[in-house]
Amino acid sequence: MEAATALQLSTGDQDHLDGRYGEAGRLAMRILVRMADLSRAECLIDIASAHIDSCLWHGRVSLDFAERLVEGGGRVAVPTTLNVSSLDLLHPELFRGDPETGRQARRLMDAYVALGCRPTWTCAPYQLPERPVFGQNIAWAESNAIVFANSVIGARTDRYGDFIDICAALTGRAPNAGLHLTANRRGEVVFRVRGVSARLLRSDVLYPVLGHLVGRRTGTHVPVIDGLPSGVPEDRLKALGAGAASSGSVALFHAVGITPEAPTLEAALHGRPPLRSIDVGPQSLRAARDELTTDEAGPLVAVSLGTPHFSLAEFERLMPLLNDGRVAHGIDVYVNTARHILEEVRGRGWLAVLEAAGVQLVVDTCTYVTPILRQGGGIVMTDSAKWAWYAPGNLGVDVAFGSMEECVKSALLGRIWRDAGLWD
Amino acid sequence: MPGSGTDVRVLQAGEAAGTALCLTEPLSFWGGLDAETGRIIDRRHPQHGLCVTGRIIVMPGGRGSSSSSTVLAEAIRLGTAPAAIVLTEPDPIIALGAVIAAELYGIAMPVLLAGEPPGLRTGEPVRIRRDGSLSRGPV
Repeated sequence: MEAATALQLSTGDQDHLDGRYGEAGRLAMRILVRMADLSRAECLIDIASAHIDSCLWHGRVSLDFAERLVEGGGRVAVPTTLNVSSLDLLHPELFRGDPETGRQARRLMDAYVALGCRPTWTCAPYQLPERPVFGQNIAWAESNAIVFANSVIGARTDRYGDFIDICAALTGRAPNAGLHLTANRRGEVVFRVRGVSARLLRSDVLYPVLGHLVGRRTGTHVPVIDGLPSGVPEDRLKALGAGAASSGSVALFHAVGITPEAPTLEAALHGRPPLRSIDVGPQSLRAARDELTTDEAGPLVAVSLGTPHFSLAEFERLMPLLNDGRVAHGIDVYVNTARHILEEVRGRGWLAVLEAAGVQLVVDTCTYVTPILRQGGGIVMTDSAKWAWYAPGNLGVDVAFGSMEECVKSALLGRIWRDAGLWD
Repeated sequence: MPGSGTDVRVLQAGEAAGTALCLTEPLSFWGGLDAETGRIIDRRHPQHGLCVTGRIIVMPGGRGSSSSSTVLAEAIRLGTAPAAIVLTEPDPIIALGAVIAAELYGIAMPVLLAGEPPGLRTGEPVRIRRDGSLSRGPV
């Protein structure tokens, strides 16, 4: 028997450590116990579902770990979805990386399916038909999914990531620590949105930029955003959270009057004063927007939408923007989405229209995590703060951030087009 | 003497010797460290361009992506990793990378959490023992 720590383990946890659920269960529990001990958790708790990010190829160690679990008889104990991988299995020709890396990445995907995970291959598991409910403990990886689950749904997940996510899925357990605990969900830093025009408040493009600003300035604290109009659609909250989780380590935000744990500012703060308050006006928003553009003087070569994965509602907005036009010669347009959304898009007859317009749909992966972009030099335009934040480092490209409308019009014109006055 | 043991937590036990390299800002290994070469590739980081291989890294903590665990474990597998990491702020993502490499490959790269900055300067020779004690001296 392996020694437990000060942590109180259940009989089931101990059975895992003793190998009664096979070698994979033993390894998974041993790692969970180590991490629970580091976070000073007093016990492990049951989780209702898991979302796995470990299926994205980062090197041989990714595969060694997954195949060790498969060989050890591993099988997930709770419903488990899979994040994006390195390959688009429906459009394999899009992968422009080293073929050997592609083969290894494919083996990694197969290993996670063999462990019983659902091949959803999406970074937006909250767009799947069945999703967690308020108050439920879950173990999700992928920073944008984590922040969405915590903030928009009010489910409870800590910041899980590589390795630990599948350990939780295999055992159905997670350390009772971090954002599983009510006290750690208290809002701490208040961002007061003031003096922003009604037009900008109603624009999608505000939300990724606001998220980027919040992530940069909140540090390790839970932010509360006050001053947004009620009824903000989920896609805007998705963009806000993804931006905040990229530029900062935000895993939970509250938006007063919008997200479920923030009916009032006082409720979001758990009745205590904030650590500090920050005013957000047009000037700081424009500065945050400018941080997301590295260059807009050079030639436009591509547009990338759908980070996180494009929802059906976003396709609904995209279609009229195309306006029966065609992407200009020399420009590549990519839209990242999930397979189940692709099926909906096909069912509505939109796929043929998109293809005729020269738009390439990408599923199972995303254009910033794997070599897909056809052209190396030049500027890529995106409406995603997350894409704009990571792509220059990951891909070595220059980025121009803009609204979806700016991105689409630019693609049709073949040069960067700006909506003057949008940010006044 | 730094790290007499009282205020140091051992996140991954092991033995190491090397010269210290102090990082003045947090570093995300994902996007910030090239596991193939051991070099810091985050252009925004003050120690950009330096090589961590075989060094005793003193750093505040990580930053950002949880995939940093994988990058560290991969660097340990490839032999490009630091000899040890001394954190001054808790960072489960870095600890996990070391735990995984120990489980998979039996390579124990020590990770310590120092309650207060250990007072090491870049270039100083350091030795780390299994109990987490640190001593200065020729490597």
